[in-house]
Amino acid sequence: MTEFQTSRTIVGSTGISPRIAKDATPVQRARSIKGTMTKTMTESLPTLPKVRTGIEGLDEITGGGLPAGRPTLVAGNAGSGKTMLAVEFLVRGATQFGEPGVFMMFEESAAELAANVRSLGFDLEELAAQKKIALDYVHIERNEIEETGEYDLEGLFIRLGHAIDSIGAKRVVLDTLEALFAGLSNHGILRSELRRLFRWMKDRGLTAIITGEKGEGNAVTRYGLEEYVADCVIVLDQRIQDQLSTRRLRVLKYRGTAHGMNEYPFLIGAHGFSVLPITSLLLDHQVSTQRIPTGVARLDEMLGGLGYFRGSSVLVSGSPGTGKTSLAAKFIETACQRGERALFFAYEESSAQIVRNMLSVGIDLERWIKKGLLQIHSSRPTLQGHEQHLVTMHDAVRAFRPTVVAVDPVTNLFLAHNDAEVKPTLMRLIDFLKKEQITALFVGLTTSGDATSAPDDSQLGVSSLMDTWLLLRNVEFNGERNRTIFVHKSRGMAHSNQVREFVLGDQGIDLVDVYLGGDRVLTGSARVTQEAQERAAATLRGQDHERKLRQLASKRKAIEAQIAALQAEAEAETEEVHFAIAQETLQVTATHLDAAAMSQQRRVTTGTNGEAKENP
Amino acid sequence: MKANAARLTETDAMAAAVAARDAAVCVLRLYVTGSSPRSARAIFNIRKICDEHLPGRHDLEVVDLSQHPMLAKSEQILAAPTLIKILPLPARRFVGDMSQSERILQGLGLRGASKIPCLA
Repeated sequence: MTEFQTSRTIVGSTGISPRIAKDATPVQRARSIKGTMTKTMTESLPTLPKVRTGIEGLDEITGGGLPAGRPTLVAGNAGSGKTMLAVEFLVRGATQFGEPGVFMMFEESAAELAANVRSLGFDLEELAAQKKIALDYVHIERNEIEETGEYDLEGLFIRLGHAIDSIGAKRVVLDTLEALFAGLSNHGILRSELRRLFRWMKDRGLTAIITGEKGEGNAVTRYGLEEYVADCVIVLDQRIQDQLSTRRLRVLKYRGTAHGMNEYPFLIGAHGFSVLPITSLLLDHQVSTQRIPTGVARLDEMLGGLGYFRGSSVLVSGSPGTGKTSLAAKFIETACQRGERALFFAYEESSAQIVRNMLSVGIDLERWIKKGLLQIHSSRPTLQGHEQHLVTMHDAVRAFRPTVVAVDPVTNLFLAHNDAEVKPTLMRLIDFLKKEQITALFVGLTTSGDATSAPDDSQLGVSSLMDTWLLLRNVEFNGERNRTIFVHKSRGMAHSNQVREFVLGDQGIDLVDVYLGGDRVLTGSARVTQEAQERAAATLRGQDHERKLRQLASKRKAIEAQIAALQAEAEAETEEVHFAIAQETLQVTATHLDAAAMSQQRRVTTGTNGEAKENP
Repeated sequence: MKANAARLTETDAMAAAVAARDAAVCVLRLYVTGSSPRSARAIFNIRKICDEHLPGRHDLEVVDLSQHPMLAKSEQILAAPTLIKILPLPARRFVGDMSQSERILQGLGLRGASKIPCLA
């Protein structure tokens, strides 16, 4: 009992989120109080003590794990994964939580079981050697046994007790008890003994998993084991849909605690069991205000100048050949250039093909693969069910720990399937990535590539999960097809409403302003032609202006020359006038002189008078 | 005549085999758990059967599993009490308080041989 108490408190302090505590109903509280004797329990009163299974997703659905110190029934059809769940519960308990466990099997031998689970990476024999796990195969052969009167299953109790004591087990698995019903004909004894067994395990504080074959119709188990295991019942199921099988898990009943009620797909992968809770029940992931560039400067500008938010999900959708993959690759490359790790999930092209193709637009992915910053996972979407793909992605992300993930194309992967299942699956992926603060870029293929039509309906369904949606379109005009891009939506940032032309060249991706002149939007060569025409016209205009100016200048010069000439003429005239005046003055002077001389002369002749008479 | 003779030798062989079998020592082991009334009853009942039907040619061992718990695993004991007939082969198991002696006798091969029609 003391052992039991301590284990309960440990679990109570570590395994349960305070959320459940708040949600606990009065009934639960009453139950907890009733079940407590000591102070330690009253302190952790609000919640039912739980034991973490360590199984991915299961602890989230159950709000912390299985009920501590109580048996849990795991029911399902043959091959639904009951044994795997049970084995993982024990192995994780032994390796991660320091709780050794006993695996008592009734259907296959210890060696067979060990061989079966080795593929999940569990080495039961090694764990058994380390005394972390005890394996006991109970062999019952009905025709070897003769019943001769009253008996009990004390032999089983002793075996189990011995196995538990030998390793100090806290966990027990009984797989599957129903073999007892086939092996022993007196079911009356069997039932009373099973009741005693569960009571005995509870008293010892053992957290147990009992597996049971699914019964016919609505019965949980064939022999009604649920009657004894009243605390927690988990039902496993395997269904085939569209030739793809999906395993599902549901917590049918969990006394005294809130739990996820839905069916959750689960997988048995290379790392064991994993349940995929739709959203881990809460929408409470951290958000970042950090921005990361898209890799295309002009696109960053369109997204408020800084690019995407870290940890956001981005949808790049468009019809075939619009450059979606290139945009994704550029984003990946940019992340690698910053020294961050990136994962590329490709469902259309092989890794080598992507590397080659991206080289043509100047994106060298090979370099980053070699540096170990980039991983490309290529597979066919039809290879597995989408849940399986999801788990593959989970595993890859967990193993590589990237900060950036691209999925190309997400449509092929999910949208080909039943629509109703797509959204939860994608939601799970997005939620997971968001929780890990991974920026995800999803490439979506729209079937209607028409430039004018509205985006595909299915895309709209998915788009509500996206934070940023970039739409790439082909615009056909004037005998050629050009790519345009615009930001359809971008949560939490100012973004451009403009359509840009998306140009793929040897040097990479660039965005160019489209020609928005008059009543037309022009792209590609039409834009180039238009621009050239405008340039030519501008040049012509410029030349015209210059000519006019030149003409004006020369006219001015001519006028100036005329002015100079006139001035010169005037000067010449002035000089002429001056000269004439001077000449006339001179003449006048000379005349005066002559007159004087004459008069002088004349005065001489008049004076003598005889001279004239003398001369003639 | 010839067929009759052959039949006679066959019967002789059978009878000899049965005699040999009957003469062999029967090795039995009874596993009980503690000193419960059921255990005590089983021990009493099997001793009685042995003394009555296998006087002098039985080897009965009673094992208390609560003293030797590891035997429960190695001997594949589930129910208690369990009686295992080790010899003569084939090995057989009986569970219960051994109160249904007819079934035990049948299982031990002490009854029913006479019921084989050809020997009737």
